[in-house]
Amino acid sequence: MAPVTSPPDPAKVTDPPPGRYSSDAAGLGRLRAGAFVAPALALIAVFLVFPALWVIYLGLMNYRLTGLAAADPKFVGLDNFLQAISDPGFWDSTWLTFQFVLGSAVIGQVLLGFTIAWMLRDWRGPLKRIVEGLVILAWILPSAVVSFLWVALLDRDSGTLNALLGIEGFAWLLDHPMLSIIIFNTWRGTAFSMMLYGAALGNVPPSHLESARLAGASGWQQLRDVVFPHIRGHILTNLLLISLWTFNDFSPFLLTAGGPDGKSEVLAVHVYKTALQSGDLGYGAAISTVILLINLVVAVFYLRLLRSKR
Amino acid sequence: MAAIELKGLTKVYPGGVKALDSLDLSIPDGEFFALLGPSGCGKTTLLRTIAGLETATGGNVVIGDRDVTGVQPGGRDIAMVFQDYALFPHMDVTENISYPLRIKKVAKAQRQAKAGEVGARLGLEQLMDRRPGQLSGGQQQRVALARVMATQAKAFLFDEPLSNLDARLRLEARTFLKKLQRELGVTTVFVTHDQAEALAMADRMAVMEAGHIRQIGTPSEVFQRPANTFVASFIGSTPMNLLDAVVRGDTLEVAGCEVPVPALAAGLLTDGEKIVYGVRPEYMTYTDEPADGSLSGEVIIVENLGASHLVTLEVAGVLVQAVVPEGREPALGDRGHAVPRGDRALAYRDGELVSA
Repeated sequence: MAPVTSPPDPAKVTDPPPGRYSSDAAGLGRLRAGAFVAPALALIAVFLVFPALWVIYLGLMNYRLTGLAAADPKFVGLDNFLQAISDPGFWDSTWLTFQFVLGSAVIGQVLLGFTIAWMLRDWRGPLKRIVEGLVILAWILPSAVVSFLWVALLDRDSGTLNALLGIEGFAWLLDHPMLSIIIFNTWRGTAFSMMLYGAALGNVPPSHLESARLAGASGWQQLRDVVFPHIRGHILTNLLLISLWTFNDFSPFLLTAGGPDGKSEVLAVHVYKTALQSGDLGYGAAISTVILLINLVVAVFYLRLLRSKR
Repeated sequence: MAAIELKGLTKVYPGGVKALDSLDLSIPDGEFFALLGPSGCGKTTLLRTIAGLETATGGNVVIGDRDVTGVQPGGRDIAMVFQDYALFPHMDVTENISYPLRIKKVAKAQRQAKAGEVGARLGLEQLMDRRPGQLSGGQQQRVALARVMATQAKAFLFDEPLSNLDARLRLEARTFLKKLQRELGVTTVFVTHDQAEALAMADRMAVMEAGHIRQIGTPSEVFQRPANTFVASFIGSTPMNLLDAVVRGDTLEVAGCEVPVPALAAGLLTDGEKIVYGVRPEYMTYTDEPADGSLSGEVIIVENLGASHLVTLEVAGVLVQAVVPEGREPALGDRGHAVPRGDRALAYRDGELVSA
């Protein structure tokens, strides 16, 4: 037998002593580590946790913005919640919100965003940057500015759209308020989906698409068999985010103020009108809590889909 | 099954890079053909142009009797194995193998039977329900091969089929691929940058450089008689000795030594002409004793190749290498003599082989 010529490694790795700080990679100790995260925790507590708890508290009181109940609110238990779920106005708003989310986010933004990203994937040069720039511009402009632009666009008598179409006197915002805010929000939010899908499509291995092409797959078959399975996670994450954002979006108020006659009063607008315009703070807080619960259900639904294989 | 014919094939990329420069190549039915060259030589572009994944700027691609130059990849009746195998991660092995059949609208029972049959042939029976992520590299490669076999295409194209395997597996896969191709008898073109792989597997091969084919031939021809100094230095696991020489009648003056004129170039050289003398280290006989027609010098490096040693001699400032069988290797600083084999030595004039 030949002797082992490679010497054994003299530097034996010393294990950390088992006990309190075995998972303490930085060696700070619990107290000092806590001190480092304390400022962030304090900010979260003050600006996120406290308001959320405060809303629940308000929902249990008959708090009003003005008057006697503002000075001396009384505990009313679940009355506000019962009132909310038995109010047809609340359910009308929920239905409108559902239409708004489905129409402008799930269908509008996702479809348009994906289509633009798919078309732009092979483009190079200034044309691509112009298209991207215009789409992103709609996203980054302040709500107040774009709302004003859209009011000017859709105005009944001197609106740009009617002038272009030659149908002056057609009242878009009065006759088709939901369609107007759905198209408005699709236009406004497509940039996010476009950028997300643009990045996701970059991750689809070209050889997989080419393999499908060699098998004779059509464009649609390539999307179905290669692209969608690859970006499934991106699609679900995108749907989760834009569903929640759209659900809670307040900018329709800037276009239609919820009108005419509550025909575009989505939940975010409904809460604003109830709590701040009618001054019914306690009742508004109860609706907000219900909205929070709906949001949670939506989020859990998507997250479960995301976690399930295939 | 079909022959592949390329006529004046040219590919110019936007921006003016000429990846293929008017290539002519014909690959007969059933041949295992290698495209070999350094990276950027255009070999992958050539394969992708045959596949239809790149459109030719000029020239024609004929597969069988059909000119497919303007035909979409799916209509060319060819199948390809990609370097990364391109298996669909969300489909199991059966679905992956039968995918091309599904696109061709073959009935489900029929395509599953076909996938099972081909899978069994490649030893995948136990793995048919797994996803690609649950397979080893070698198994993934066999699934990719099975997918290609299930199509019953007229020709197969392999893009660097072995480069994603580890070194040990690569040798096994080499033998396996060659055997499989022989049994199937389908015209197969594969791309590789590894000269050993091309020599080992191919029936014939083309060595490419900068969009041109520099030599086409059987592995033996390419190894023994490289047509130019580019091929000479690219082929072979030990680099060929390429030495400046001057013709002196019936002999060549190389690094101060005299060696006979190579047999292939006999009678084709003029006195006083400057040429490049080429001989592989494998075709050198090393001796301790001075010998006629040898290159003599000091041993400066000895490299262990396993069953043999690569000895480097310094001959009048020029490095000359020779392969020495094990047990006969000299010590550093010895004076050694390397005798080239006359029938294997070569002469290059302006980079091209001198032969009748």
